[in-house]
Amino acid sequence: MTTRIVVVSAGLSVPSSTKLLADKLGDAVQRATGARGLEVEVRHVELRPLAHALADHLLTGFATGPLADAIDAVRHADGVVVVTPVFSASYSGLFKTFVDVLEPGTLDGTPVLIAATAGTARHSLVLDHALRPLFAYLRTVVVPTGVFAASEDFGATDDGSLDKRVERAAGELAALLGGGAARPPAPRRRSVDDEFAAPTPFEQLLREAGGDSVR
Amino acid sequence: MQIGIFTVGDVTTDPTTGRTPSEYERIKATVAIARKAEEIGLDVFATGEHHNPPFIASNPTATLAYIGAQIERIILSTATTLITTTDPVLIAEDYAKLQHLTDGRNDLMLGRGNTGPVYPWFGKDIRQGINLAVENYALLRRLWSEDVVDWEGRFRTPLQGYTSTPRPLDGVAPFVWHGSIRSPEIAEQAAYYGDGFFHNHIFWPASHTEQMVRLYRERFEHYGHGRADQAIVGLGGQFFMRRNSQDAVREFRPYFDNAPVYGHGPSLEDFTRQTPLTVGSPQEVLERTLSFRDYAGDYQRQLFLVDHAGLPLKTVLEQLDLLGEILPEMRRGFAEGRPAHVPDAPTHASLVAAAGGARDVAVHAEDTMTGTTDRATAEVDA
Repeated sequence: MTTRIVVVSAGLSVPSSTKLLADKLGDAVQRATGARGLEVEVRHVELRPLAHALADHLLTGFATGPLADAIDAVRHADGVVVVTPVFSASYSGLFKTFVDVLEPGTLDGTPVLIAATAGTARHSLVLDHALRPLFAYLRTVVVPTGVFAASEDFGATDDGSLDKRVERAAGELAALLGGGAARPPAPRRRSVDDEFAAPTPFEQLLREAGGDSVR
Repeated sequence: MQIGIFTVGDVTTDPTTGRTPSEYERIKATVAIARKAEEIGLDVFATGEHHNPPFIASNPTATLAYIGAQIERIILSTATTLITTTDPVLIAEDYAKLQHLTDGRNDLMLGRGNTGPVYPWFGKDIRQGINLAVENYALLRRLWSEDVVDWEGRFRTPLQGYTSTPRPLDGVAPFVWHGSIRSPEIAEQAAYYGDGFFHNHIFWPASHTEQMVRLYRERFEHYGHGRADQAIVGLGGQFFMRRNSQDAVREFRPYFDNAPVYGHGPSLEDFTRQTPLTVGSPQEVLERTLSFRDYAGDYQRQLFLVDHAGLPLKTVLEQLDLLGEILPEMRRGFAEGRPAHVPDAPTHASLVAAAGGARDVAVHAEDTMTGTTDRATAEVDA
């Protein structure tokens, strides 16, 4: 079965260093998972062209066209890579908006690689102070290595070089995705789609209403 | 096919004049709109329910009873009655009373409410929205169908030997619709009981509505109430029309751009493409409305939203006049190709007939309770 990786990037300029890092990570994940014998499909979702649709979604409550496709891709991904530029000491508003329109439970148990870009290395803790808590809240499994790239990293080749961090993080994500041994599916909250596919019988709803369930 | 209008009673500033109607004007306008609905030959008027500004749609049964006293024929309904935050004991009383006052010209549509704080205002927890809807409605049904109810549940105090009054008119409870935009559990609930299912439809892509209606129809059949295409479906709709399509777009755009729900979001053009909103000529509205059947199947009730976003009463009444002009053709269109086994929405008359005729189900009892509070206190003191 094909392992589906979705790389979400929120860069705004064209070209953007965020997309550059997203491409590096996508390639590295492809190699690392391939090395474990997995058949991998990497899909890139760029948020910039979805900016209008995201603002509309905030007001209308529904996704249309390419945004609906992007949300669907993330929902069905086996692993997700997220890359955001740092704005005002955190992930960008566009990036957070995309996270905000995901139905609760969309990413339950999904392995996630977090990454960010900024003009200087002084912002590097954004990974651990902003992105990691966000993805913990979303009940994802975040790989230990987060990848932060300041502008200067794109020109450095020293020991702690960007490529090495990218490879390490990609390797960690690949390890979580398994290969060889089957990975038990992570439990997910029941989504609206699940209800449509197999509705909870009403007798059960009736029983649960009087019990101690929260629904 | 029942065709009508529904309103949430928003008091919104007219963006073209900056004028905001008073609550008094808006409430009286609601009555005028209902009267107009009857005059042009519509079948249903529905209102409700909000408990916060800028709305005047609280206490829908008072409004409906007042309207019912002034017009003769139209079915008075709600859009919606909050089953989550309203005590089912009060719903049982209020809507049975409305039946008696209007000679059975009412039904109701239950909804969970989309205003977060409304739950704590009425002492409820929004996280329990589905459970509240499930338990409260199960009790509501018993209060209408059983003369004396012993009940114990999770969300309200128990009832012992309780009789809801007045009893339903002619021994038949008002027909119930369940409205939900995207909760499959509510489609399941409507299907389980063989009640009607209403999809708001107007703010959502057709694919969304289609999915909910299909689930309801399949489960209606699953629970043995008839074939899937015999389930009782209602849809919302929204239009703005002028004889000339361009005039409609020009006049409606500032209202659309500033509308409370979707204003400052998608363009009018995008939104009319994505949702059932139709802004154009009467012919365009007619054709678009008849196309709803393509994904919802032959259905029973079509309600339009016409008085919102600050549209002045005069404009709303003009919209209804135009709707009245295309109404006969709309009815013909809905009847065309409709299989004979697809039923109409139940009415009080059809429900009475199905029950084998009207019965006086009044529960006569001696009053042993009035004035008992002092006595009870005295006993506690002693």
